[in-house]
Amino acid sequence: MATSPLFTHLDQIFILLCDWLVGFLPAALRPAAGVVLGVVAIVCLFPALFALTTVFERKGLGRIQNRLGPNRVGPFGLLQPIADGIKSLTKEDVVPLSANAAVHFLAPLVLVVAVFMGFAVLPMGRNMVLVDMDAGLLFFFAMGAATELSVFMAGWSSRNKYSLLGAMRAVAQMISYEVVLLLSSVAVVMISGSLSLPKIVDAQNTYTGIFPHWYIFTPWGLAGFVMYAIAATAETNRSPFDLPEGESELVAGYHTEYSGFKFALFFLGEYLAMFSISGLGTTLFLGGWSAPFSFLAFIPSWIWFFSKVMLSIFVFIWMRGTLPRLRQDQLMNFAWKFVLPFTLLNLFVTALWRFMGEGWLRWVVCSAILAAAYVLMGRIGMRSEHFGPRRYRYAE
Amino acid sequence: MTTPLAGYLLVAALLFAIGLAGALVRRNAILVLIGIELMLNAANLNLIAFWRFGPHPELLTGMMFAIFSIAVAAAEAAVGLGLVISIYRHTNSTDLDKMNRMKG
Amino acid sequence: MSPIFYLLAALTIGGGLAAVLLKNLVHAALATTVAFAGLALLYLELDAQFAGFAQILVYIGAVAILIVFAILLTRGSDLPKDSVFSRTWAVGLVIAAAVFAVLAWAVLQSLRAVPQQMAVPAVTVHDIGNALVGRYVLPLEIVGLLLTAATVGAVIVAMHEKERPKP
Repeated sequence: MATSPLFTHLDQIFILLCDWLVGFLPAALRPAAGVVLGVVAIVCLFPALFALTTVFERKGLGRIQNRLGPNRVGPFGLLQPIADGIKSLTKEDVVPLSANAAVHFLAPLVLVVAVFMGFAVLPMGRNMVLVDMDAGLLFFFAMGAATELSVFMAGWSSRNKYSLLGAMRAVAQMISYEVVLLLSSVAVVMISGSLSLPKIVDAQNTYTGIFPHWYIFTPWGLAGFVMYAIAATAETNRSPFDLPEGESELVAGYHTEYSGFKFALFFLGEYLAMFSISGLGTTLFLGGWSAPFSFLAFIPSWIWFFSKVMLSIFVFIWMRGTLPRLRQDQLMNFAWKFVLPFTLLNLFVTALWRFMGEGWLRWVVCSAILAAAYVLMGRIGMRSEHFGPRRYRYAE
Repeated sequence: MTTPLAGYLLVAALLFAIGLAGALVRRNAILVLIGIELMLNAANLNLIAFWRFGPHPELLTGMMFAIFSIAVAAAEAAVGLGLVISIYRHTNSTDLDKMNRMKG
Repeated sequence: MSPIFYLLAALTIGGGLAAVLLKNLVHAALATTVAFAGLALLYLELDAQFAGFAQILVYIGAVAILIVFAILLTRGSDLPKDSVFSRTWAVGLVIAAAVFAVLAWAVLQSLRAVPQQMAVPAVTVHDIGNALVGRYVLPLEIVGLLLTAATVGAVIVAMHEKERPKP
């Protein structure tokens, strides 16, 4: 049933639409027009998803905290983002007198541009990737690295101690967890043999019986996915790692001095980063656009991709509502003393998985090594024995 | 018509000269390090340009050299900046014109 | 010479010039980042995608941030009292100009000796991986050791000294 023409057409409907629209142009302009159409689609779709997510987040957080979220604007508060958008566009853009005007202006732009570039390599459905690069994963991480600079620019240019402190904390956190993000993706690259994201999805698109070969269903994949999720939460400065923008601590961290549309750009950038990192996580570990059971493959691939991304966003919101915030030294400690060694061990276990050959033995051995490491490093090693006065080490 | 090799080499030479000027002319130690990084980048550009226009690009010699150079430059920047911070703690200044004696 | 090349060359050289001429240190560091980005785009123009993305990841994502952190930790963001150029700046300028003259002369003299156009090399990331663990495995291991030594060294150099016990 998955191969009947109706469902293939539904699956490829956006490609067919693009080809039909581009067909009106002369042949020389068609490739460029196709790319432009794809870019326009991404630039329209993801901010729309962002608007929807802000409502879901506020209502979801409200329900977790035993209150209703926004419910006045439109049915169930669903038109709230329009109200927020109008508010942020009409607010006065206050720039502090002593702020560095050029850098202050450029910081949100650099953030949004770098985050939008990351979407170019995500395969959002069968044949639906904007640019199929040979080194697509490397490009994605390069764009992620560029966002750190914009955080620093925002914090420094505001000439405000709180902003600077928030920015330095955010950059330290993002750099530490960037290493973890990269290393947990390397395990996937080792097994699938390619840095190109569509090929990674193709490697997971096979089924034994009705069960898919997603990497999360293997011991190293599960460990890698958990490490990736932790690192993704820290990279996007989401709770429980949101100390750099902790409202009760640092006013608003590095975007204290931004108001109106620039603040909306920062907000947009943060949520888009969440989308793109969830998109990458689903591509690497959750099988991208492939269906969870082989008999469900008739449902279009882009529906699966976006459902998995929205599920990840829901988990982000859930974590924000449930977990308390980590202190800066706790989160850095966690990164360098638990997550990073565990990710390195995961690389070793992945190699072991690859070279042990098929069968039940490799499942048992790999799971045993990872479980033992988790108990030893996580449960026993991370217990802090000293509850005495904290010793500080200042940077001067 | 695509860009000839000489174009890239001239850009690399200009960037190298700018980096050298920066390293020799500025007072602040960190700017000297920035100049050194610019010089290393110019050399990398040269390497990649010669790899691209050379006789055996499938051997990847130029690109490997450039990638290792990027790694080594990052390591050297880390150590260099650590040294600058350490000197700042000791003498409370990063002015290179003031650091003209061996006595600490 | 395609217009893209002129644009990227202007971006890179402009960033480099701004980096060595600006008085404000953080502005100079950000101009260096622009120069790094221009260079990464030049690598992409030269069909070296891996090198280009590695340049963005390492230089913009790590070295630029290292530089700005060092500027902040050494209170470089306050404007200096004396001039930012050292006393012997003229000599430095002459030396740099001389170096550029020699290099440019060498390049222009050899225009006929090296081929100026070549077909696009078909290099995949797979080939780079094979080369790294095949022909270049020794440099790879040595670079690993070097990076470990540099990490440990940088931490030790930049750490606070322990208080020496008073005699």
